[in-house]
Amino acid sequence: MNLTTKLLATTVLTVTAGAAMADDMTIVSWGGAYQGSQLKAYAEPYVANNPDVNVVWDESSNEAVAKLRAMNEAGNVTWDVVDVVAADAMRLCDEGLAIEIDPDTQLAPAPDGTSAADDFGDLLISECFIPQIVYSTTIGYRTDMVGDTPPTDVCALFDTEAYPGKRSLEKRPLNNMEWALVCDGVAADEVYDVLATDEGQDRAFAKLATIKDDVIWWSAGAETPQLLADGEVVMGSTYNGRLFSVIEEQNQPVGMLWDYQVFDLDGWIIPAGLSEERQARALDFIYFATDTQRLADQAKYISYGPARASSAPLVGQHAELGIDMAPHMPTDPANSQTAVLYNFDFWADYRDDLDAKFQAWLAQ
Amino acid sequence: MSDANLTDGPITTADGTSLKKSLRLALRRQKIRALLLIAPLFLFILLTFIAPIFDMLVRSVENQSVPETIPRTIDALEAWEAGAGAPPDEQVFEAFYTDFALAVGYKTHTKLGARLNYESSGLSSLFRSTGRKVGKFDTDAYADAFVEADPAFEDPAAWATWMADATIRQALPLTADTYDAWATMLMDTKGKLAAETEIPDFVTTALYRDLANGSRPADMPDVNVSGWEPVSLAGQFAGANKGWADPQVWAIIKTYGSSYTPGYFLNAADLQLTPEGISQRPENQRIYVRLFIRTIVLSVVITGTCILLGYPVAYLLANLPLRSANVLMILVLLPFWTSLLVRTSAWKVLLQNQGVINDVLVWIGIVADDNRLELINNATGTIIAMTHILLPFMILPLFSVMKTISPSYVRAAKSMGANDWTAFWRIYFPNSVPGIGAGSILVFILSIGYYITPELVGGTKGVFISNRIAYHISSSLNWGLAAALGTLLLVLVMALYWVYDRIVGIDNVKLGG
Repeated sequence: MNLTTKLLATTVLTVTAGAAMADDMTIVSWGGAYQGSQLKAYAEPYVANNPDVNVVWDESSNEAVAKLRAMNEAGNVTWDVVDVVAADAMRLCDEGLAIEIDPDTQLAPAPDGTSAADDFGDLLISECFIPQIVYSTTIGYRTDMVGDTPPTDVCALFDTEAYPGKRSLEKRPLNNMEWALVCDGVAADEVYDVLATDEGQDRAFAKLATIKDDVIWWSAGAETPQLLADGEVVMGSTYNGRLFSVIEEQNQPVGMLWDYQVFDLDGWIIPAGLSEERQARALDFIYFATDTQRLADQAKYISYGPARASSAPLVGQHAELGIDMAPHMPTDPANSQTAVLYNFDFWADYRDDLDAKFQAWLAQ
Repeated sequence: MSDANLTDGPITTADGTSLKKSLRLALRRQKIRALLLIAPLFLFILLTFIAPIFDMLVRSVENQSVPETIPRTIDALEAWEAGAGAPPDEQVFEAFYTDFALAVGYKTHTKLGARLNYESSGLSSLFRSTGRKVGKFDTDAYADAFVEADPAFEDPAAWATWMADATIRQALPLTADTYDAWATMLMDTKGKLAAETEIPDFVTTALYRDLANGSRPADMPDVNVSGWEPVSLAGQFAGANKGWADPQVWAIIKTYGSSYTPGYFLNAADLQLTPEGISQRPENQRIYVRLFIRTIVLSVVITGTCILLGYPVAYLLANLPLRSANVLMILVLLPFWTSLLVRTSAWKVLLQNQGVINDVLVWIGIVADDNRLELINNATGTIIAMTHILLPFMILPLFSVMKTISPSYVRAAKSMGANDWTAFWRIYFPNSVPGIGAGSILVFILSIGYYITPELVGGTKGVFISNRIAYHISSSLNWGLAAALGTLLLVLVMALYWVYDRIVGIDNVKLGG
């Protein structure tokens, strides 16, 4: 009798523990200041409204595609909401690893009643992807290492005579190939046509080869700011938010260019293969976290532009520094005067091809 | 007589069973007990070590995704000769149309494109871009013509009835096959019934092909298709992307059409499979042989520097009085207690251009300020950082072997007239060789599979083969190639171990005692 009671009690405990586990919601993001801004702008207010949900963070976004694929093969998806860049979202959607979202029924409309589909507009580049921010990859340079003529355009990267020293570039073809072609004399609106041909790709590699020995290749967004702060490189590419933090928050002798900044999007996907209950909660979180006010709130903590048109006017001041954030947004008209390049379809199609070539080129 | 009986008859134990039997029983009991004792460890190793290695081996030759995604095309390609220099005929394109439309429904065409892109870059974009266009081919002309001939062709329910009829199915083999595959796909992906869904163009195209082949099934509206303008599917595909007119593309599909392929292994050795046989990859794609050689050369260098730096330290440790030896030992072990990442990052601070070492050298005046040493993001950085990290693995076995070398040997040598160097070189050193052997094996095998340190300090010139394996696992998602490279690395290590055994002799290795 005693034993049975004990067994029963254990079972009940296990079941309740299981139920408690079910309220864990795993959000996958990039860590650092960016994840911090999501915690403050999205997760904390959401948990305040839903006290029974326990948010667990996982900093695996840079390996999201590989890990989701492995989870899918193992038949055990442990993530609920995943923050990925647009290209990864397209890949996940193509492979059936993310669920499709209907913006009109599953996302919040703007306060003035505009539907979510119109509010996000062109940025809804995949059926599975809910955009969150617009960020850009751009160039930062050491103001004390460039003499009296600080660089004004992106081609300074390739001008090792005027700006001797190391440069840091991302260890992948995206952005580098475009800049190489632009600086090799290709008109901005023809860059992707040229890059789609073998000759154009060889041309971009040839241009990059002129500075290959001067490049330190980075793979984490924090590397260029660190290299700039150490004086290891004279200039390098990184995300505009990282440069904002180096310049405004840490007061390093660093300047930045907006010339030929390359836009990219970051946003949420919900993995396929979740239980109905978990999927419903993930959708509920997404509905909340991507509404107009929430997206505007995030800009208080980091200088990335909100993906909704209706959020832009609500962008205010930095939460701690009290400076106006609007001029630091990549989407600010003053910052996007030069032709801005971005072509998600091109990179969705050509990423595998060019990645393979680029990695082989690097290893040569 | 009785003596003979005793020796000839079976020997029995006290209870009458034969001795042989009871001995065997006892032995078996012992064996079972021994097995049970090692069972937990055996199962653990089986699950966490043997099974993953086996899985890796299988992955490195597995190629099911190609024949599973486009089975009809692979069949139709049997008859096509890649060497002829012309794209395949219309029949292949017809089969491919069906396969491809189904693959787009399942969303597997992108996976197939990514798979074939590993063999020839450019195929991923070909499959992706065609995937967006395959639903908009001009084959809707067939559907329009059928509906014009009889409105029943627009009715999914009528189709469902026809496709359930055995005589019609027999008369229209292509249509039946395509329709079934489409119905299964609908059910699997969307949970919809074919009888309630609009008939897609590729199914009506199959019907047209059957009828054009001369089938005229009864129980179905009679349509004469002989006067219709045929839509060239080869033309449609070439219109979607001109890559489909390239025989090279089809040669790759045909070459990689089987369920198992040596392709990943060939790729890992900078070779490729072509219709003409195995050939070298183009110059600008050859990287793996170079990386394997670099991995071995750098590992040997690292092992060498570890011996050079570790031997004197171990000697000192073994010959100092216990008290000071203990302090020194802690210094040797200290790096072991610090996180690997912290140690590697510390090397970054020390070695970089504006780092501590360069600053000191510039301050002393050994190097000019505008000509600082390149100590990081190249092979030098990898050698320095990895030597430091692996040094304890050399010192500890050396120390424990040297500890057992009796000082009386050297004293005896000296008493017979040897000078210090001869006594060391002829007596002490040969006695310490087993320690060098053990340390070298440890350091070499650890460094050949090292990953994190080269990634952080190696730049592009100081990375190892394991960095490529990691890249293929997590970035390019080419798990087959990663598995092949891993298998080759495993074989390489085993081969080197065998060579080592032949030259040095594995009995000659001691971890101490």
